[in-house]
Amino acid sequence: MSAPQPQGGPVARVLGLLGRSRELTLVALMLVMGALVTLGAPQFISVSNLNQVTAMAAIIAIAAVGEALTVMTKNIDLSVESTIGLVAFLVGVILREHDLPVPAAWLVGVGVGLLLGIANGAVITIFRIPSIVVTLGTLSIFRGVVFILAGGKEVNLVDLPPGYADLATDSVLGVPVFVIVAVVIVAAVGLLLWKTKFGRQIYAVGSNEEAAAIMGIRSRTVTFTVFAMCGALGGVAGVMWGIYFGTIYATSASGLVLQIVAAVVVGGVTISGGAGTVVGAALGALFLALINNALLVLQLPQELLQAIYGAVILVAVSADALLSQRQRRLAAREARR
Amino acid sequence: MTASSQSPARPAVRLGALARWETLLVILLVGLIAAGARMSPFFISGGNFANLTSSVMEIAIMALPMTLVIIMADIDLSVESMVGLAGAVLGTLVVAGVPLPLAIPVVLAVGALGGLLNGLLVTRAGLPSLVVTLGTLALFRGLANVLLGPTVISVWPDWFTSFGFGTIDGSPIPFTLVVFLVLVVVFWAVAHATWIGRQVFAIGKNAAASRYSGVRVNSMRNWMFVITGMIASLAGIILVARFSSARNDNGTGMTLTVVTVVLLGGVDINGGKGSIPGVVLAVFVLALLQNILRLAGVSSEFQGIAVGLLLVFSVIVPQLARQTRGAVDRARRSRRPPAGPIASGEVTA
Repeated sequence: MSAPQPQGGPVARVLGLLGRSRELTLVALMLVMGALVTLGAPQFISVSNLNQVTAMAAIIAIAAVGEALTVMTKNIDLSVESTIGLVAFLVGVILREHDLPVPAAWLVGVGVGLLLGIANGAVITIFRIPSIVVTLGTLSIFRGVVFILAGGKEVNLVDLPPGYADLATDSVLGVPVFVIVAVVIVAAVGLLLWKTKFGRQIYAVGSNEEAAAIMGIRSRTVTFTVFAMCGALGGVAGVMWGIYFGTIYATSASGLVLQIVAAVVVGGVTISGGAGTVVGAALGALFLALINNALLVLQLPQELLQAIYGAVILVAVSADALLSQRQRRLAAREARR
Repeated sequence: MTASSQSPARPAVRLGALARWETLLVILLVGLIAAGARMSPFFISGGNFANLTSSVMEIAIMALPMTLVIIMADIDLSVESMVGLAGAVLGTLVVAGVPLPLAIPVVLAVGALGGLLNGLLVTRAGLPSLVVTLGTLALFRGLANVLLGPTVISVWPDWFTSFGFGTIDGSPIPFTLVVFLVLVVVFWAVAHATWIGRQVFAIGKNAAASRYSGVRVNSMRNWMFVITGMIASLAGIILVARFSSARNDNGTGMTLTVVTVVLLGGVDINGGKGSIPGVVLAVFVLALLQNILRLAGVSSEFQGIAVGLLLVFSVIVPQLARQTRGAVDRARRSRRPPAGPIASGEVTA
């Protein structure tokens, strides 16, 4: 009668706990990594270095939150890097050529991001075309628009209002402004997912679209809204990208989508939809930014970065698959008993 | 009663052959050739033909295995990085003194190994191919970066570079086109005349049903990824030969164009449908379009917009056709009176 519990010693129990919460796993990994890197290069833990890391992580995290929403509905948005590039460039051009107050230029930027997201969402839901195809197309269409806008010239920091790039390093009560923005956005979207009907609908559409439809959820409306939100958040990230770098090229943020999707996947949002949290996605962004910075302060070759990102994505998704297989096996054993 | 209502042959508007996707592509090809001929007197010349075909051959070659992968309802986003990695391995080997005829098979093996990694992660770990190949897209490019760094390897034997951009003596047919055409014949035969092709289509239509009817689904998917990786490394070798340079960013952005060509060729992104002839036609549509845009003075950066629009439209148009056909069918069905008197009775009531 007294069947042996599947739970083993304390090690297995800790691993089980970490396996269940991707957020905890990431925090633990980051603490261990931070400690190891600090041993090798003490300047890692300095305030200026950490500010640098968190500013970039904040930008990626905001884009990753939008990406996570689309992935939760079993979609994907590959075009978000072009949205970031386009908005960053556009805001720069507006500030250079028009006498618009800075916040107004930012609003225009976020609005354009929203419009691009709406365009994606409209094509995906009206024509019922897989999002990967649509956003693979708009990835190069939006980038082409940046090239037209640029006409072979870049936006230089000197063309922008004095002190514009300082915003990236400004802080309130010791907390960088970028981090505050990211935390507010993560909290707001997190609450939306956790506490509202719409949030529940996002998970429902992602886990089983047919069942969701039978329950009366308008899955196309949900999908459309999610893409619009992803565009708007890409717009916010684009505005911040512009502030962070100051000088913007037509190719700025090319290839960033890999990092954004990696953050989402590493953060525990499963690519098959219906599961994950935006906190996880944001932590995933921070994790990748830490890896990037660790290579830098340890003076390891930057060429390794992309290979490491690729490996991290593959390890994270494999771990997901193995854990869910193990859970299914445990559940099956439980059911047999 | 029911028999009599069904017996009169419905005047079905059978567009049949005309509505076939391949026919539309042929019409598009003819239109593009006419447009090009009007724009420039040099358009219809052997030199331009060699030029416009050899400029898309890497993409064309990769589109063939990608067609089968997408028909199986998978995708391989990593091909462009395998192009880069293949160039990097080739360059590193040649710099290390390995003779080219020995280095090339090694590079092809590296491609097959990369494809095997994709395949095993997809079939053994049960991961979606989209994520796996997104990961290896970064991984392979990263390995290329590690191998080459910022160095560009640009010293190659003459026979190798003339294979890259040369043509068969006295004809406007590039050597690379010959490679492509040989592969076309192989893929055409395999896809449309063998049990392998039938299983590929079956898996794409319904993987579970295929498994129950004895198809070794995962083994087949695995093989397709291996072949795709190997062909991508072949494309990488050709790219190095054509530009006579191996750089770590060789092939960047090519995946988009490869997938565009496959979808423009009429392959269904959801799997189960498509044909090699359609994709071959799409290759030439792309080549002509790029050539015409170049003649019109459109810079290569803007051509990204054209490719992106082409991709979106090549999916929207058939989808729209399907939706309108569905709507017409529904309207026709609802218009056919189930029983006249009741309908008129309802109107008076």
